[in-house]
Amino acid sequence: MHPTKKIYGGKIDWISVSIWTALCVIGWFNIRAAVFDPEHASLISLSTNYGKQFLYILVCILVASAILIIDGKFYNYISPILYGITLILLIVVLVIGRNVGGNQAWISIGTFRLQPSEFAKLGSCLLLARYLSSHSNKMPNLKTLLLGIFILLVPVVLIMLQPDTGSALTFFSLVFVFYREGYVAGQFLVFAFLCILLFIFTLLFSQWYIIGTLAILCALGTYLFRRSRKAISSAVLFFIVTSSFVLSVDFAYNHILQSHQRNRIDVILGKINDPRGQGYNLNQSKIAIGSGQLFGKGYLQGTQTKYNFVPEQSTDFIFCTVGEEWGFVGSMVVVLLYVALLLRTIQLAERQRSAFARIYGYGVASIFFFHFFINIGMTIGIVPVIGIPLPFLSYGGSSLLSFTMLLFILIKFDANRKGVV
Amino acid sequence: MNNSFFERKYVVQGIFIAAAFLLACRLFYLQLIDDSYLLSANQNVLRKITIYPARGVILDRHGKILVQNEPVYDLMVTPREVKPFDTLALCQLIGIDKEGFDKRFQKATNYSPYRASIFEKQLSAQTYARLQEKLFQFRGFYVQNRTVRSYPDSIAAQFLGYINEVTERDIERSKHFYSPGDYIGVSGVERAYEKLLRGQRGVQNLMVDAFNRPKGHFMDGKYDTLAVAGDGLVSSLDLDLQKLAEKFMKNKRGAVVAIEPSSGEILAFASTPSYDPNMMVGRERGNNYMKLLNDPNKPMFIRPIQAQYPPGSVFKVVSALVAQQAGMIDEHTRYHCPGGYSYGGGRGFMRCTHVHGTIDLADAIKGSCNTYFGSVYAKMLDQRKMKSSEAYVQWREAVMKFGINQQLGVDLPNEKPGFLPTADFYTKRYGNDRWTSAYNISNSIGQGEVEITTLQMANIMAIVANRGYYYRPHLIKSIGERKVIKKEFVEKIPVGVEQKYFEPVIEGMSRVVRYNANIRIPDVEMCGKTGTAQNPHGKNHSVFFAFAPRVNPKIAIAVFVENVGYGATYAAPIASMMVEQYLKDTISMSKAVQDRVLYESNLIEPEPQEKESVSAKTKTNNQASTAKSQREKTASNQTALLIDRWPDTNKQLQVHSSR
Repeated sequence: MHPTKKIYGGKIDWISVSIWTALCVIGWFNIRAAVFDPEHASLISLSTNYGKQFLYILVCILVASAILIIDGKFYNYISPILYGITLILLIVVLVIGRNVGGNQAWISIGTFRLQPSEFAKLGSCLLLARYLSSHSNKMPNLKTLLLGIFILLVPVVLIMLQPDTGSALTFFSLVFVFYREGYVAGQFLVFAFLCILLFIFTLLFSQWYIIGTLAILCALGTYLFRRSRKAISSAVLFFIVTSSFVLSVDFAYNHILQSHQRNRIDVILGKINDPRGQGYNLNQSKIAIGSGQLFGKGYLQGTQTKYNFVPEQSTDFIFCTVGEEWGFVGSMVVVLLYVALLLRTIQLAERQRSAFARIYGYGVASIFFFHFFINIGMTIGIVPVIGIPLPFLSYGGSSLLSFTMLLFILIKFDANRKGVV
Repeated sequence: MNNSFFERKYVVQGIFIAAAFLLACRLFYLQLIDDSYLLSANQNVLRKITIYPARGVILDRHGKILVQNEPVYDLMVTPREVKPFDTLALCQLIGIDKEGFDKRFQKATNYSPYRASIFEKQLSAQTYARLQEKLFQFRGFYVQNRTVRSYPDSIAAQFLGYINEVTERDIERSKHFYSPGDYIGVSGVERAYEKLLRGQRGVQNLMVDAFNRPKGHFMDGKYDTLAVAGDGLVSSLDLDLQKLAEKFMKNKRGAVVAIEPSSGEILAFASTPSYDPNMMVGRERGNNYMKLLNDPNKPMFIRPIQAQYPPGSVFKVVSALVAQQAGMIDEHTRYHCPGGYSYGGGRGFMRCTHVHGTIDLADAIKGSCNTYFGSVYAKMLDQRKMKSSEAYVQWREAVMKFGINQQLGVDLPNEKPGFLPTADFYTKRYGNDRWTSAYNISNSIGQGEVEITTLQMANIMAIVANRGYYYRPHLIKSIGERKVIKKEFVEKIPVGVEQKYFEPVIEGMSRVVRYNANIRIPDVEMCGKTGTAQNPHGKNHSVFFAFAPRVNPKIAIAVFVENVGYGATYAAPIASMMVEQYLKDTISMSKAVQDRVLYESNLIEPEPQEKESVSAKTKTNNQASTAKSQREKTASNQTALLIDRWPDTNKQLQVHSSR
């Protein structure tokens, strides 16, 4: 047997590993650019973010290696315990956590900080995969779906208590898992998409206009499909459902959302034009990225980056550095790398024989997709500012480690796919 | 195992790809199509430097500098760019303490953390030199060049005025033409000619790096503009004559105005007590201003045009001319002076200084006979086949043509018009219009309600010198490179008295000078008139006006010295010496007189006591007062104060009484 096969139990997918390496390296270089201070330019200095990130990368290499060596079945067994641990950590952080930026999301251990919500994604993903896979021989039914949702709901609620809305929203991306496994129909995705549209329109225009438009649409539909017996009743049902949704959107917006969340939504919808105050992050981000043009300003030459105009430059807004210093070319390279990673992940998931591995794989892809799309979308102004990291690029030990673990566990399953997990 | 939904992978992948495509499109738009972000990025690193223009320089008529510009340096700070540094070192370099530093820094931060604002104004050149080499240690600070006014000879403070930084009100009133930090003229010529002197701001767009070091011009200076210096002004003042006037008037209160009759150009314009205009410049400005403002002698008051005095005997010149023109008298008209003029059926008696006997017009001028002029005035009002009050109206109109009771239109702000009451004024006062000359006979000798400014007095002399007309007196001879003159100043203004009537008056005035050793000038025929304006609450004011030479006159002058006694004592010698200096470039006045003028009057510590009657009179002078500033109010209070001094110079009065 091939020596690596003996150790790892199969062939490692080097494509994924290469993409992972590329992203980590790009991330390191950009974090360095984001915090670069010519006075303290030493490469390996633990006082700087890029120094620390280097350390985290080393740790991840160790952990990744360990994951690849440990038997794949381990993860199936460990998933409930892991899930439980993450829940406990989520509770602990509410009690003794450090308050950073309004969120009580961090537990301090010495000079390092641990973010339980990142690991909760991993734990939930594994447990959900285990649960759904145990029912995979049956037809998808509502009870399983609800329990699956419940598995996700618990960490979501706990995370919302921090409150960290961004991380909590991540879990919604797992709808792709349910979709792929048949628990949710394709129409549901369409429906969700329409809801989002309706949400946006309700906020842009007065809710009564929307309801009025809906009424007209329903009347139109009834007329067009008047031959059908169910036309009127389904049209009326449609109208009631959508109108209630519209009203609830308004209610939720005004009474449930916090003011800073409202402001961020208003900024992205263009209802607020306040580049110095509310819209500052977004404006500076767009300026940084937009000024990169085709080839960017060059490494360490980004003026916006250098002068720290963009807040959260090395974490949530790391993409700005890419955009400013590497231009459209560099931005597209990064985007394509992520797309490659996503597609490869799906591909890996699809070629698994075990349902557990496949479901898990889709979970990984969903989570990566959500972070990728929302984070970059936020920096370029098509999504409201939601504070979540860009996987492997953003500075942060907890997120780097949890994303690495997410990926490499899948790679391990894939290496073992010829066997049984 | 159960992969029955495996086709859905295409949907999922499709969604992923579509989302990525959406991101790519947006990136394409932001980075390649929309230019505005590039500009905004540049704006973040752009530093706009205002290039302040040099303010117009003001020269005297011979090209000597009256006021020029000196460079100073404003220290600017951009709080957000400040990195930690040795604050104590900076404080020591610019001469402030830690508290002052904190206050200033807080102020700058409150204004804007991202924008530069002034940290410390007007550092001297020496401070700047010391600071310059250490400036790199203080990240976030930089220096902006400014200029301030500098007065090499420290004269003509009131004429030149001073400048200040614009206030909120100035900015609003100019409809935001001015920006904070601009200078604006506040008084004097600086204010009157502000629009010409101020020039035009320029702007430099510099790119700065992370250390705030300029790295070149944005777009190679495409959007930069040059500053345009303000127009220079050539004033009509003669620097040497002005210096002489201020020297002779030092330690006295009063005014001197000298005009060139053939053009209306003002050769000297002194207001004392005065101050060094350099006091209103620089970091001590504020303190100095408070000192000047609180000085009871009000040095910022522009006496030549704002102090309204009773003219005294010099007014007789106007009387004589107006009466001749009206045909009421001629050069041969004689009156008998027994030592005074009695009127009102013997109930009133206006004393004369001497018993003149029977004299004609020229002698009456020479002797300054109150009797003669009282009689002339009575004739002007009471013997003209109409009511006296109506005759008064005509008399008043004729007198006003000499520039009395109106603004002459000199090119300085806040000129006062003087006061010559209307007929209605007296009608109101006496309850009916049947009053006669007896009711205001004092007007005949320039006392009573008549008030004129020193400028008007000098102008009257110019009129006499020209034998019947004048040019509007002005202080700026020409403007800018092209030597433009404002057209209202080249207009010849006749006063409605024929030339022939001037001769007897001029002859009388020539005699005044000829027979007085302390006034006459060797080899020059100067014609003048003394006056002693009565001051019921203190010493009289010393007044003298004249022009010279009699033929082809070159200078007309008026000197008014408050509270020093007879006109011949102080005002006349001062005028004489100035005229001689101007015409012959030498002074031959006896040393005794020079010493007296220079050293023997010192009225710097008055005790102002406002007596009710005089203040009331001043308050009713509400005709033709157009300016509404606070200084206006100060000026009119001043007029009341002026007449009410009680100087302690009785000694001198006895020594120098009869001249």
